[in-house]
Amino acid sequence: MKKQTKQITILIHIFLIAGSLLMLLPLVWMFLTSLKTVTESTAMNPFRFFPAAPQWNNFSEVVKTNNFARLYFNTFAMMALRVFCAVMFSAMAAYAFARLEFPGKRLGFALVLFQMMVPVQIFIIPQYLMVDKLGMRNTIFALLFPGLVSAFGTFLLRQFFLGLPKELEEAARLDGCNIWQIFYKIMFPLTKSGLVALGIFTALFSFKDLMWPLIVNTKTDAAVLSSALAKIAGAYSVNYPRLMAASVLAVLPMLIIYIIFQRQFIAGIATTGGKL
Amino acid sequence: MVKAAVKKSGITKKQWNEYKWAWFMIAPTIAGLFILNIIPIFQTFFLSFFKSGAFGKGNIFVGLANYKRMIADRQVWFAVRNTLLYTIGVVPVTVVFSLFIAVLLNRNIKGKNIYRTIYFIPMVAAPAAVTMVWKWLYNYQYGLINHFLGMLGIAKINWIDNPHIALLSIIIIGVWSTIGYDMVLFLAGLQEIPTDYYEASTIDGASPVRQFFSITLPLISPTLFFVSVTSIITAMQVFDVIYMMLDVTSPSYNSTVSLVYLFYNNSFKYSNKGYGSTIVMLLLLIIMIITVIQNRLQKKWVNYL
Repeated sequence: MKKQTKQITILIHIFLIAGSLLMLLPLVWMFLTSLKTVTESTAMNPFRFFPAAPQWNNFSEVVKTNNFARLYFNTFAMMALRVFCAVMFSAMAAYAFARLEFPGKRLGFALVLFQMMVPVQIFIIPQYLMVDKLGMRNTIFALLFPGLVSAFGTFLLRQFFLGLPKELEEAARLDGCNIWQIFYKIMFPLTKSGLVALGIFTALFSFKDLMWPLIVNTKTDAAVLSSALAKIAGAYSVNYPRLMAASVLAVLPMLIIYIIFQRQFIAGIATTGGKL
Repeated sequence: MVKAAVKKSGITKKQWNEYKWAWFMIAPTIAGLFILNIIPIFQTFFLSFFKSGAFGKGNIFVGLANYKRMIADRQVWFAVRNTLLYTIGVVPVTVVFSLFIAVLLNRNIKGKNIYRTIYFIPMVAAPAAVTMVWKWLYNYQYGLINHFLGMLGIAKINWIDNPHIALLSIIIIGVWSTIGYDMVLFLAGLQEIPTDYYEASTIDGASPVRQFFSITLPLISPTLFFVSVTSIITAMQVFDVIYMMLDVTSPSYNSTVSLVYLFYNNSFKYSNKGYGSTIVMLLLLIIMIITVIQNRLQKKWVNYL
């Protein structure tokens, strides 16, 4: 019996390791190719798995021709602003929906739920026309625009506020705190795990967003990593090492953040994804 | 005046104060939802009855012409077929594999956290970059996959330009990118199941397979349902991978183009926002139908504790 369990454990490990290799292989291959010469990358006989000498100049070339500093700045500005707006405005609205009584509460929350049920593509043309009319295309503001408020964030944080005990607020109210003070000084810090989860979720999905930046910021200097890569791809269609170097640079920031904060990341996705 | 109204309707000053704070706190979100979402829904619907004039000539009302055109447009039906095939290809495979991996990891196996971290990695990579490396792996002449197949004595496959295969290649990327995400959700669901259920059934001599079907599956059914619903809706909106993988000139375009990609091309590449809006209305209709079907099915096979 015991021997059998051990064998099963070994089988499970073999399966999981094989799966892990499949998960990692594309990214490893991206990195290995980025360090090869063009000749090496297309050498078939003998096939070269590893580069003979790492060609770091692929990276410097790509960075020089494509102004990656600007792309990083735009991407991070978009992510930071979307996270800030989602967390701030959602927390405010979520608290009101969870704890305050007021006329229009049901209708307001119905709007939040309704927004979550509709596919986002339905908003894109009008949102684009608005940004265009404001003359704000190719700006950081345009990148932020669809993320100014977050129905999902409001929904998620409301759940967190509903889970907090009411006694704290009553005590604070007796001490003479007004509603804003109760929210900002007591309740807001208590939902920290919810705020972090929403922040991670928003950051990840803004980082991965492709269509909106592609549509609204068509100028190269206003693009973000993913939309710039779509353009870079054409220029490097025969130079795969350079293209892979650009891809590595586009993957790297989120990958580093993920590896540092993996615990918060996975916990955040488990709580947000579970409620989407 | 306000004070008078307050007095008249019998609302206390304290209540009025609460109303004011609440309205103030929901104001940014509600205003944002109106401007960014609610009004745009009507605008998109409205636009679907117009033809976008070229060179700033403004929109021309065309009645139901866009809808008639859409029904007769073969490419739209290709896109509907491709989108559904993609969803049918990605969702069941991803759900089954990620649930299987989650169950294995839930056995408190050594290195659990490392495995979990690795399986989730594709999720944090931007689809644009991910598609670039897959395109390279799929490369007909120099790709790693065809090289491996060659070592096994299998003929080269034209992963991208063969219209019969391209959608499969895209489905593989879809599965690879989302397994980790679903796995994390399943793990969270599995951890909710009380361990004494398993202990009791082990004493009764139930095998792990039996335990899976009589304990895990029924108790995880809410998560399973939820993951399936969100996966289907996400898959129906596939765009990034196909957009990065091939353009209109590709021989595989008609057999891979999705509804959202077609929407993008019509609205922004060909600048016909009226027709683009019509395609979105079709997407909305299909997603609504799927949601209704799912809600019907939910009653049949989900056990809520």
